[in-house]
Amino acid sequence: MKISLNWLKDYIDIDLSLEDLARTLTMLGLEVEEIRVVGLELPQKSDRSEFKITGLGWPSDYFVVAQIDEVMPHPDADRLTLCRLNDGGADLIVLTGAPNLFPYKGIGPLVKPIKVAYAREGSVLYDGHKPGYELTKLKRAKIRGVESFSMVCSEKELGISDEHEGIIILDSDAPTGMPLAQYMGDAVYEVSILPNMIRDASMVGVARELSAVTGKALRVPQRSVKSNGPNIAGKAAIEIRDPQLNPRFVLGLIEAVTPRESPYWVQRRLRMAGMRPINAIVDATNYVMLETGQPLHAFDYDVLKERANGERPTIITRPAVEGETITTLDEVRRNLDPNDILVTDTAGPLSLAGVMGGLESEIRPETRNILLEGASWNFINVRKTTSRMHLNSEAGYRFARGVHPALASWAVELCLQRMYEWGGGQIYEGLVDKYPLPPQDPQVEITVADVKRKLGITIPATEIADILRRLEFKCQVDGDRVVAQTPPIRLDIGSGEVGKADVIEEIARIYSYNAIPETDLGDDLPPQGNNLALDHEEKIKDILVGLGLQEVITYRLTSIERENRLALDRNELNPQSYVKLRNPSAPERAVMRRSLLASVLEVLEKNVHLSERLAFFEIGPIFVPIKGQQLPNEPRQLALAMTGKRHNSAWDVVEKGQLDFFDLKGVLSGLLESLHLLNVSFEPASHPAMHPGKCAQIFVNGNSLGYLGELHPQVKERYDFLSACVVLAEIDLDKLVSLTPLWFESAPVPLFPPVLEDIALIVDANIPAERVETLIRQTGGKMLSAVHLFDVYSGEKIGTGKKSLAYSMTYQPQDHTMTAAEATALRNKIVRRLEREVGAQLRDE
Amino acid sequence: MPANVGGTTGNKCPSLFVGTGLFFGGFMEEKPKIISELEETRDKALASLSQVNDEEALQNWRRDYLGKASQVMLTFASLGQQPKDMRALLGQTANQVKQALEVALEEHTQRVKQTALLHKVQSEQVDVTLPGRAPVQGGLHPQTQVMRRIFAIFAEMGFQVYRTPDVESDLYNFELLNIPAYHPARDMWDTFHVEGEGVVLRTHTSPGQIHAMRQNAPKPVRVILPGMCYRYEQISARSEIQFNQVEVIAVGKNITFGDMKGTLNGFVRRLFNADVRTRLRPSYFPFTEPSAEMDVECFVCAGKGCSVCKSSGWLEILGCGMIHPAVLENGGYDPRVFSGFAAGMGPERISMLLHKIEDIRYFWGNDVRFLGQF
Ligand SMILES: [Zn+2]
Repeated sequence: MKISLNWLKDYIDIDLSLEDLARTLTMLGLEVEEIRVVGLELPQKSDRSEFKITGLGWPSDYFVVAQIDEVMPHPDADRLTLCRLNDGGADLIVLTGAPNLFPYKGIGPLVKPIKVAYAREGSVLYDGHKPGYELTKLKRAKIRGVESFSMVCSEKELGISDEHEGIIILDSDAPTGMPLAQYMGDAVYEVSILPNMIRDASMVGVARELSAVTGKALRVPQRSVKSNGPNIAGKAAIEIRDPQLNPRFVLGLIEAVTPRESPYWVQRRLRMAGMRPINAIVDATNYVMLETGQPLHAFDYDVLKERANGERPTIITRPAVEGETITTLDEVRRNLDPNDILVTDTAGPLSLAGVMGGLESEIRPETRNILLEGASWNFINVRKTTSRMHLNSEAGYRFARGVHPALASWAVELCLQRMYEWGGGQIYEGLVDKYPLPPQDPQVEITVADVKRKLGITIPATEIADILRRLEFKCQVDGDRVVAQTPPIRLDIGSGEVGKADVIEEIARIYSYNAIPETDLGDDLPPQGNNLALDHEEKIKDILVGLGLQEVITYRLTSIERENRLALDRNELNPQSYVKLRNPSAPERAVMRRSLLASVLEVLEKNVHLSERLAFFEIGPIFVPIKGQQLPNEPRQLALAMTGKRHNSAWDVVEKGQLDFFDLKGVLSGLLESLHLLNVSFEPASHPAMHPGKCAQIFVNGNSLGYLGELHPQVKERYDFLSACVVLAEIDLDKLVSLTPLWFESAPVPLFPPVLEDIALIVDANIPAERVETLIRQTGGKMLSAVHLFDVYSGEKIGTGKKSLAYSMTYQPQDHTMTAAEATALRNKIVRRLEREVGAQLRDE
Repeated sequence: MPANVGGTTGNKCPSLFVGTGLFFGGFMEEKPKIISELEETRDKALASLSQVNDEEALQNWRRDYLGKASQVMLTFASLGQQPKDMRALLGQTANQVKQALEVALEEHTQRVKQTALLHKVQSEQVDVTLPGRAPVQGGLHPQTQVMRRIFAIFAEMGFQVYRTPDVESDLYNFELLNIPAYHPARDMWDTFHVEGEGVVLRTHTSPGQIHAMRQNAPKPVRVILPGMCYRYEQISARSEIQFNQVEVIAVGKNITFGDMKGTLNGFVRRLFNADVRTRLRPSYFPFTEPSAEMDVECFVCAGKGCSVCKSSGWLEILGCGMIHPAVLENGGYDPRVFSGFAAGMGPERISMLLHKIEDIRYFWGNDVRFLGQF
């Protein structure tokens, strides 16, 4: 909402600086987003500027009210005129091309001089001919042989609005020679209105808030002009079919209004509020809406009479019927449903209640007689209508948030007066007012203790009452108790406990949040416990980072097509198995992911040209719909993917090794070891995205944790990867966390020296290395503390179909120093076992 | 070491004797030939030592002048055959010569070693400006880092982490939080709806309030609720469809607006610095009342106004308020007895402020050139 300071001052005296006013409004909950200065002196650039301040000041020496006494033709240019102008001092000749002066061209000295905004030589103002707002300085120049050094200004040039069709023609009572800033200097506050403060989407509302904190009196505008016409009785009838939808409907009547231009100050205020001036009739309805917060609607009374065959028109409000339509004044034909409320007459729909008028009964240029509606509507219905139709109107905006029905008659009366003042005519005596459902304005009882319990401060009852009275609550004080009657201007105060909270918020707001002292939580600390799932998860991240992997966090929204890239058989993923959005923002983000791996692989693909080594992991949920369950399961997963070089190259070393299956296996083994998981095994397996010969399933104590492997070559073709192999793994994180022990025992450092031995064995190529190692470990028993495979060889030297496995073994006796004989015996035992079980032969060098 | 025949003085100050024939002249008519030969050899040896400059030459010198076949050693060996009156003087002289040669050799050996070391070190010099070899390094996503910081700060104040699901019912995401259908506040969230009845992607972590309260009522609650939230937006540098939020709630019998200020100020002081200035502005959330926004003084410009704070000098850091009575009741607490506060913040916003990140899309874009900086 754009608040003109000038306009606001109609309702309250303000002696705050521009910035202090912004600060005060912000601290009331009316957050100021920008101050646009329109003529007033721009605040000095200070060390602390809390607000965005834009706009233009009009220094008194340069910008004044002037009068044009004669508009003369330019000798050489049809589109220019020469104005004989007086700026309060000398007579001057000013050159202009303003089309709105053409009617006065060449008619001789004007009987009624034209009042204009005049900028003297050297003025800094906006260039009206350039797009946007670009400052320019007025300099002496010759245009078509006539010297020009000053100008009469358009609104755009002065920064009032972007209007640049013609120059400003001020109201005729503007005093010639008065500095322009003094006459109409202003500032516009761009204020965001909170949903529960819609009462402040009005000038009077904002003034009321200011009055509450500054103590300055609020001047509520009231109709002051007496009716000059007959009584309205018999001129129109109202029939409200459902008071829940339409608690109040008020009509006023004014005839013979001239739809001329409103006074300039009205037009300026409307434009600064972001509205387009039309004529006195339309402008009055908009002006009063901005003033009071009550949207109004003007009907052409003659059209209504015609529709009623010359009889008294009857306004009927009712829900729309399924299939009914209305063409609104934006010329859109709208299909209605029973949630929409209609204002109709006996001939049919007139307007979409609270949202937009109908085209048929719209005010036309020739309209003179106005039936003026002020009504209130059920905010839920209006909201349904505006959101279904994506219709944003000033009226809809206010009604969808709730306008108090008490405002209707006040606003209608004010508007009749404005129409009369700006367009003349005859105001009918009285209103037609149907008010079947006045709201129950809650009475809230609040004690000093209630306030203390919520805010932590003791405010005496009299002060509580004082604060509330400033917001127009009617208060009775009884000891520590205040009974506050909600004023009939707002609908945001509830009753009971909620009402108390609502009122306490008002007290805190006016008392000032920043005046409430901060305290430390003194309440009982809840029972504390551990959080293993999170702790383990964070530990896993740290381990993986230590193992050289970069964590990524991806979108949890994806598409089935994207995830299908990773499936060898594209039909494998069933659309039914996804959590799908009803309203996706883009087709590529239409479902919640089922595969964390697919997301991580996308990241790998995206970065593959950016780094010679990539190793990523992510931990996060996937989303699995469960039949018969409203919400999906959200199991957490760990996905890893790596590609590129094993190590980083340096200036003296070119790394040739490429990351492969065993690098990833090393990472996973390292992870499981760091988590102190025992009985880990990797078994050949198959996975739809993985190379059938390079894929393993990971088990811990017989529980499957997931898979690792090389990306299937066929799947890889769907990605933009370099030739290097891509390895990936998918781990059930919940399982991993559940298997991870909370504690582990450490082993003492041995007192006796270890004995190290190497053996090389030749076995058939198809014997898995893990089997050989398991046999070594089993045979070595407790004495064997470590086995490390340090070489695998196959080649002619050892015969085809064979491979050599070389292990280094560590024997670690716990209670004595091992003798050579003992070591040999153990070694022989191991070798014999391997010979027997897997046909191994000792390889001698 | 041979026996110290020369006595203490000679041992300590051999150079006194070197090349001073005068000394002997004082006592004798004439110096025996064998003694002057010894002295000549000594002078020759000392002179040649300065030419020796490597390990091998040192060995040769030792062999020539101090070896078994050297003149000095031969002199000792032949002492028995010398005339009796000569023996003492000759022995003393030979000893002095030997001492002088040994001391000179030791000194020179050290010198040669030093020189050799110097040469070696000089020849080994590297260009220290060449880059180091980059180890393989992993890293945490910036948002994990900032989340951990937030968790740690609240943990210090007794708040534990409580996680709840991303896909929520309309009931938990809205209704129980005092946001009935068609409530004006529904405009505050552009919601992703899931196929099926009344299911949404959570638009905030606030549904966790209800979960946490319902699980703990009537015991007091002090938790933070972190998690990914979703809003229907067009993705741009300023807005994302997915974002983290951390919500803070405390419920108990004696919790006030002042406590909320104290706790949240404690948080921002720990996050930024002890002197940071804050302010609370009235705001509106359907699930809190009174509601507020907390601003911290812009730490980039210290409140002077800059592009980060959009020249306001203040940075919006979190929304907060006293939990609405209806929400307390929905959580299982009697609002006449219990009270509490809730606050919510955006960790991405905090990161953007702390690291001057201008584009929110960087977070889930996972470009290594971005991630590598954290
Ligand atoms: Zn700043």
